[in-house]
Amino acid sequence: MTAVKLYPPRPDKVYLFGTCLIDLFYPEAGMDAIRLLEREGIEVLFPEDQTCCGQPAYTSGYHDEARAVAAAQLDLFPEPWPIVVPSGSCGGMMRTHYPQLFAGSDLEAKAEEVAGRVFELTEFLIHVCHLDLEDRGEPEKVAMHTSCSARREMGLAETGPALLAKLGQVELVEQARAAECCGFGGTFAVRHPEVSAAMVEDKTQAIEASGAKRFVTSDCGCMMNIGGRFEKLNKSIQGEHIASYLWRRTS
Amino acid sequence: MSGQTPGVETYTPREFHRQAHDALGNPQIRANFRKAMDGLMSKRRDSFDDWDLETLRELGANIRLRALARLPDLLEQLEANCEANGIRVHWAEDGDEACRIVREICESHGARSVIKGKSMVSEEMHLNAHLEEAGIEALESDLGEYLVQLNQQTPSHIIMPAIHLNTDEISEILHDKTGTERTRDVDYMTAAARQQLRERFMAADVGVSGVNFAVAETGTLCLVENEGNGRMTTTVPPVHVAVTGIEKVVEQLRDVPPLYALLTRSATGQHVTTYFNMISSPRKEGEHDGPKEVHLVLVDSGRSRIYQDDELLDTLRCIRCGACMNHCPVYTRVGGHTYGTTYPGPIGSILSPHLMGLEETKDLPTASSLCGACGEVCPVKIPIPDLLVRLRKESVGEGRGNVPGAGIKRTRKEVAAWKGFQWLATHPGAWRSGTAVAGKLRALTPAKLGAWTDYRTAPKPASTTLHALVKRHQASKSHEPNSKSHEEER
Repeated sequence: MTAVKLYPPRPDKVYLFGTCLIDLFYPEAGMDAIRLLEREGIEVLFPEDQTCCGQPAYTSGYHDEARAVAAAQLDLFPEPWPIVVPSGSCGGMMRTHYPQLFAGSDLEAKAEEVAGRVFELTEFLIHVCHLDLEDRGEPEKVAMHTSCSARREMGLAETGPALLAKLGQVELVEQARAAECCGFGGTFAVRHPEVSAAMVEDKTQAIEASGAKRFVTSDCGCMMNIGGRFEKLNKSIQGEHIASYLWRRTS
Repeated sequence: MSGQTPGVETYTPREFHRQAHDALGNPQIRANFRKAMDGLMSKRRDSFDDWDLETLRELGANIRLRALARLPDLLEQLEANCEANGIRVHWAEDGDEACRIVREICESHGARSVIKGKSMVSEEMHLNAHLEEAGIEALESDLGEYLVQLNQQTPSHIIMPAIHLNTDEISEILHDKTGTERTRDVDYMTAAARQQLRERFMAADVGVSGVNFAVAETGTLCLVENEGNGRMTTTVPPVHVAVTGIEKVVEQLRDVPPLYALLTRSATGQHVTTYFNMISSPRKEGEHDGPKEVHLVLVDSGRSRIYQDDELLDTLRCIRCGACMNHCPVYTRVGGHTYGTTYPGPIGSILSPHLMGLEETKDLPTASSLCGACGEVCPVKIPIPDLLVRLRKESVGEGRGNVPGAGIKRTRKEVAAWKGFQWLATHPGAWRSGTAVAGKLRALTPAKLGAWTDYRTAPKPASTTLHALVKRHQASKSHEPNSKSHEEER
């Protein structure tokens, strides 16, 4: 439950924090986020020294290590531009947990200031860019998986679907228990693999039953989990980051 | 756990993984919980039609916070007002002491049989086993508790103790243990159990109940229930003993209606329960019914240690509605017994480590994907995911050390792994080279990555990192700003 957020006017420049999963596994999703923003006339600054937001250590309880990693990221955004993050999970970490992590320390004010400039990509495209999209793709049914961090931590259940609704040829299909976690949860999938497997099994079944041939998400952790399960089952249902999906259908 | 009867199904939090494995492989358990939790979630969703949910949650949270802020004072006030009303107040440092107090009250009346209303604190302190060791029979009168007791099990849910059983299983238990005819007729079974219990109420020497809210201002004990067994337990036997945790106190009578509204809607989606009992004294002169003695046993059992820590304190806001478990995707799949604790699900995972220590419960704080569903529905806005993270921090020895067993999960191997992560993520040059190399070696990515690949394919690093793609993109823009299309970059 996030408080009402006041959105700034469209800026000339933004920072992009690409996230480590995108950097390593899904770089095209990051590039497509940049392309979408640039098409809106926004210059995208990509601080070269960015690595990871620190969340894996944070949720594992290793807060000293997480704090050191987070502190390194705090230095990357010196100008007052918004920081766009193509992930609700990393965005939630930076917006919500950075201030907690540095509470009472010398970096508290800086963490608060940076956190206040963090926007998840779909949130930024909808509420700041007021994005208009011209769909050039074929008619298609698609399912959306909104990550739990985007949905609950950042309060962004609506922004992903709102973007898809701007694609004239795309039908967003309903799925059973759409708000339920896919079972990724970072290290949860490793520490409790069987429970996580039961969760992703139900999620893939719900998506398959929706009749969609593709699912989109704004979080690569969920995509790796759900998509990896579909692939393991030799199902043809593909996952795609929402940035790539939007760019592909409108470029 | 003391006093276990041979043959009784036992679960322990130490065996969370094995118990989860068994539950996940049990289609009956899976189906029973899924169906029940889906039903409870939709009932809750539909029940907040008369109140603004967020306003009410805010109010509920503030009432609980206000009470906790003054907890020591309120407990003294509660004691004084209860005593003034004729309710005798006892303090118990831990579950064993609380059991002893209840047993001594029973013994002072020569009691042989105790009838019990639903009380999770009595489960927490293993009261039944303790009384039985002393030769005092303790019979559960809540229908779900009764079934669970007949079946020699423990509750699998704090509100609906027998939620793991379906109609056929219940019919079988009643048939086996009480000779009731096998049937799928729920009304018939309920009537049969009611008949069996009714006789026992009449014969019981002592009634033991829990407490939902203890009102300091008036010395009143509030009890929320649907079956009437709570009222019978607290009025029919000549002695009533209420047991509760010290955190259940509220400041004023006017705090009760909002909490009650939140509790019933969050728990079962009801606007009101069938019974709401307010117990303010034993039978008075000239009255014809009611217990001659009423006792209140206030149990600490680690709660005052929780109270000392301004973050962990939020754990004590809980009003025991069970909404967090109803909405938990982990609980829904593994069921309540898997946790091996009195309180299962998210609230159990943030409470049990304080009651049992982290050594015993080390797998519970991690048994959550931190999806946030629990925190979203909690009627008193307990930041459950944050508290789970806090306990993970305590487990690996990076917290304040305020939880028994802190540091139990700190292993050299894991520390080294996270220190390694820290080093890499704070050395951007090394990070870039490392991720670039991973991309180059992507063909060598192992097809098996532990348990991940038992259920999913292994993710492969991309051949080019985002860092490298951005560099190329920027170079192309500065050299030929308008000639390169995105397709070529790909």
